[in-house]
Amino acid sequence: MTQALSPRFKNLIGLLLLAVLLAVVLPLVLEPFRLNMVGKYLTYAFVAVGLVLCWGNAGILSLGQGVFFGLGGYAMAMYLKLQSSTLEATKIQSTPGIPDFMDWNQITELPFFWVPFKSLPLSLLAVVLVPMAFAFIVSFPMFKRRVGGVYFAIITQALAAIMTILIVGQQGYTGGINGITDLRTLAGWDIRTDSAKTILYFVNVALLLGAIGLCLLVRGSKLGRILVAMRDKEDRVRFSGYDVASFKVFVFCLAAALAGVGGAMFTLQVGFMSPSFVGIVPSIEMVIYTAVGGRLSLFGAVYGTLLVNWAKTSFSESFPELWLFGLGALFIAVVLLFPNGLAGLYRSHVEPRIDAFLGRKGRSGSTPAPAPAE
Amino acid sequence: MNAQAATNVITDQMGPDFLLAVEGLTVSFDGFKAVDDLSFYVDENEIRVIIGPNGAGKTTVLDLICGRTKATSGSVKFKNTELTRLKEYEIVRAGVGRKFQNPSIYEDLTVFENLEISFPRGRGVFGALAFKRDAEVIGRVEEVAQTIFLADQLHQRAEYLSHGQKQWLEIGMLLIQDPELLMLDEPVAGMSVAERKKTAELLNTIIKDRSVIVIEHDMKFVEDIAHKVTVLHQGKILAEGPMAKVQADPKVIEVYLGH
Repeated sequence: MTQALSPRFKNLIGLLLLAVLLAVVLPLVLEPFRLNMVGKYLTYAFVAVGLVLCWGNAGILSLGQGVFFGLGGYAMAMYLKLQSSTLEATKIQSTPGIPDFMDWNQITELPFFWVPFKSLPLSLLAVVLVPMAFAFIVSFPMFKRRVGGVYFAIITQALAAIMTILIVGQQGYTGGINGITDLRTLAGWDIRTDSAKTILYFVNVALLLGAIGLCLLVRGSKLGRILVAMRDKEDRVRFSGYDVASFKVFVFCLAAALAGVGGAMFTLQVGFMSPSFVGIVPSIEMVIYTAVGGRLSLFGAVYGTLLVNWAKTSFSESFPELWLFGLGALFIAVVLLFPNGLAGLYRSHVEPRIDAFLGRKGRSGSTPAPAPAE
Repeated sequence: MNAQAATNVITDQMGPDFLLAVEGLTVSFDGFKAVDDLSFYVDENEIRVIIGPNGAGKTTVLDLICGRTKATSGSVKFKNTELTRLKEYEIVRAGVGRKFQNPSIYEDLTVFENLEISFPRGRGVFGALAFKRDAEVIGRVEEVAQTIFLADQLHQRAEYLSHGQKQWLEIGMLLIQDPELLMLDEPVAGMSVAERKKTAELLNTIIKDRSVIVIEHDMKFVEDIAHKVTVLHQGKILAEGPMAKVQADPKVIEVYLGH
């Protein structure tokens, strides 16, 4: 039985180390501006963590996670936009009380699907439920018809493209290419101040740790093992009496819900949402974060996200035009040389030494790779 | 009793007591009839062996019964339930277990977890989330592991098992489902002589109290276990009956046994 306890213990240590790094070390070391940037990166980590379950464990590669990130982000942005579009603030418009971009597009009435976003509770529900519902509608027919592998990846990628085109094209309803900007308050609380940003950073960290905890629970359940089993031998699972499609739909919807939460936290911390976080490029970048961190490791996904984004920021500050090539090369290198990413390197090189150091019982901290702090 | 049941099968075709009744089963792939108007019946507690040359449609017959391939026409009735309209997992839940030709196990999971996933409880999404590894599960997994000679490998990752052990594990995964009809596709293929012997012993213990359909090429093995043999050739039944009768059939010798 001690053998069975050990991985759980390692996960707890991993979660604790991550919590200390994100909630104690980084806030102490970084100035507010950089901390806010880490906060922004961490919103992508929600997507990466979801991808670990969906892609790493269940073998379903989605190249359209940006769609769900965007849906969550837009749900939050719509609420915030309505908050800042008071009659008072918009009295110079031809139709006061509606968001400014609607007024510029000759819309004279708040569209029906914007109405629920006047309410904070409904908006918060929408952050989770809209991406989930959309993921369900998209994935249910595909998984029932056994669309999988590359085909699923390509369709999700097409979805990301379609969603971007839709948002850009429907400028009057979505804010178009500029997105939804000029967001100010959440239930009257100004989110633009440094202190608000710090508080939001901690909320983000807490939610992320919660998301990882949730994923650890799912992975530790029989459902988690069924996901792995499905990835290895889908037919065997099917002929063991399981409806494989419903398990795939479940994990895809879970990943979508996590991405939605990440998107909402992005909107809150960055202060706007735009189609450039929805399309193909961000969706693929999110897959790269997961691959670099290690697609089988929930903790690795977080470190991978931080590392790649830190590199992106540093590189693109100096060589903006080279960054995309660098990112592509990184992805190829990881896939070819380190298929299990940072977490795989940690497991093969660091963990055995820690185990040896701690003696045979080997109760050690797990997955964290060398912290990519600045 | 089994032998008697076996001899009754041909005369008593329309009886409702068959566990499995396959009638007029046909599947055609782009006009090629892999299985052509096939009818046969399996009794309760009967061990049926299907033999035949490569490409005769043996595996396709199992695929049709378990729903992996959809029939073009014909019917498959299991305990008077039509299987051709059910989904694969519904057929499994009705009591039909299927072992694949190549060992089909979950390499990344332990032997224990492999068996646990096959335990027939918590098969829905939320059932699987709420599934508890209780004493009943552990007891049953250990019991089956004992039967399949893997009791001391329970916490080993399945990928480290030998080929023969993987075959046993998959048989164990079926056993834990306790199916009424067990279908095995070449269970001793690729095994060493010692493993073969152990497998025959294993099959002899697990086929009690259930019906079994086995595809096998090893004639010695077939002779040991079969109540009745069905010889398939080009998607049709060439001969059917007790082993001795089938072995003496000139048509069978010509297309299959003679080689």
